Amino acid sequence: MTVLELRGVSKVYGEGPTAVHALRGVDLVVEASEMVAVMGPSGSGKSTLLTIAGSLEDPSGGEVLVGGAALSGMSRNAKARLRRRTIGYVFQDFNLLAGLTAAENVALPLELDGIAAKAARAAGLRALDGLGLAGRASRFPDELSGGERQRVAIARAAVGDRRLLLADEPSGALDSVNAEDVMRLLHEACRRGVAVVVVTHDAQLASWADRVVFLRDGRVVDQTSPLPGPESLLATRPGR
Amino acid sequence: MYVRLVNVVSVPHALLALLSEGPKYGLQLREEFEARTGEVWPLNVGQVYTTLQRLERDGLVESAGADGEGPRKGFRITAGGAEELAGWLRTPPNLSSPPRDELVMKVLVAVRVAGVDVHDVIQAHRRYLVELMQQWTRVKEDEAGFDLGLALVVDAELFRLDAVVRWLDAADGRLKRAAVDPPAPVPAPVPRLRRRVGARR
Repeated sequence: MTVLELRGVSKVYGEGPTAVHALRGVDLVVEASEMVAVMGPSGSGKSTLLTIAGSLEDPSGGEVLVGGAALSGMSRNAKARLRRRTIGYVFQDFNLLAGLTAAENVALPLELDGIAAKAARAAGLRALDGLGLAGRASRFPDELSGGERQRVAIARAAVGDRRLLLADEPSGALDSVNAEDVMRLLHEACRRGVAVVVVTHDAQLASWADRVVFLRDGRVVDQTSPLPGPESLLATRPGR
Repeated sequence: MYVRLVNVVSVPHALLALLSEGPKYGLQLREEFEARTGEVWPLNVGQVYTTLQRLERDGLVESAGADGEGPRKGFRITAGGAEELAGWLRTPPNLSSPPRDELVMKVLVAVRVAGVDVHDVIQAHRRYLVELMQQWTRVKEDEAGFDLGLALVVDAELFRLDAVVRWLDAADGRLKRAAVDPPAPVPAPVPRLRRRVGARR
């Protein structure tokens, strides 16, 4: 089932000779349970692609569909509802609210969506528990390590019934072992049926994805082939 | 890929390390070597026996017990062997001069060949490397949680491939910039550093 579809999406900032073409006719389809990484250098349009896919920004041309529904036909309220209920965001700098505990941060999107505080908090605690953070629920962000903060951010992004997770350099500030934990968590969300898009310039992060799409100068220039499975590496060994 | 990896592993020192835990048979050494390296570096049994004979000749291992020949012959490390192992562990490998890297050569050549888009050449290699990294990451995801040796070997391979991807990214960016703003001509004489850093063969 297709969760996210970009059809000929373009984005231009400014006008005339100084106009910047951030995206040029990008097509991208992401299915449920699929993790797609978008790789490219700085300025290739990665982050723009993510903000447009997440309806945080409108494209200059083309169409974005989330769960089969075109964003261009939606009212502002409908888009806001989509962002609260269907799409989760994970940012490099975590974006946790400093004055709220881990549990309150995770429960916040549900409360904003009108769910009663008690039920939202219970769902938040369940999400934290699922990421091994039940013991840290009442801590404030500045009492957590970088790795724990990002796990809380992932819990917040995935809480409720989200179908699309969008992550922008989700482990950029973390060491490689904590970065691996973050990617494992995103992968587990994928296995539960969530579609995940990660934009990164880091090949090690991208290698967690089922498919890697390469972006250059706002265009998709290439993508990886479907994975042959780990046995293919072992099959090349001599004497086996 | 595996053949290349085996070539850079010091089998004698790996065997000395295993024998430092206590006396072992040849077949047992082979099995333990493969298990400790996450079964990523295979070793044939002939290689094990040839190496053990050389180590015995050099006084670094000795026969353990009188019984048996061939697969049933046991070995133990000598004091000289333990000293050799300790020295080897602390000796950095020779990384002082760049290897003759096929990929570097291809990119250098692609810059000069008319009608070839060097960025396309770089992307073809980048895609291949990322696909390999995806396969290694899948191995890690599936199995490395249960096997520390495998996790360490897979990490090493991922970091090695990652370094190559980063070099391709840097080359891509540098060539793009050079196309817009060509570098100034090289002043004579050639800097000494360039002559001094000779390529390894």
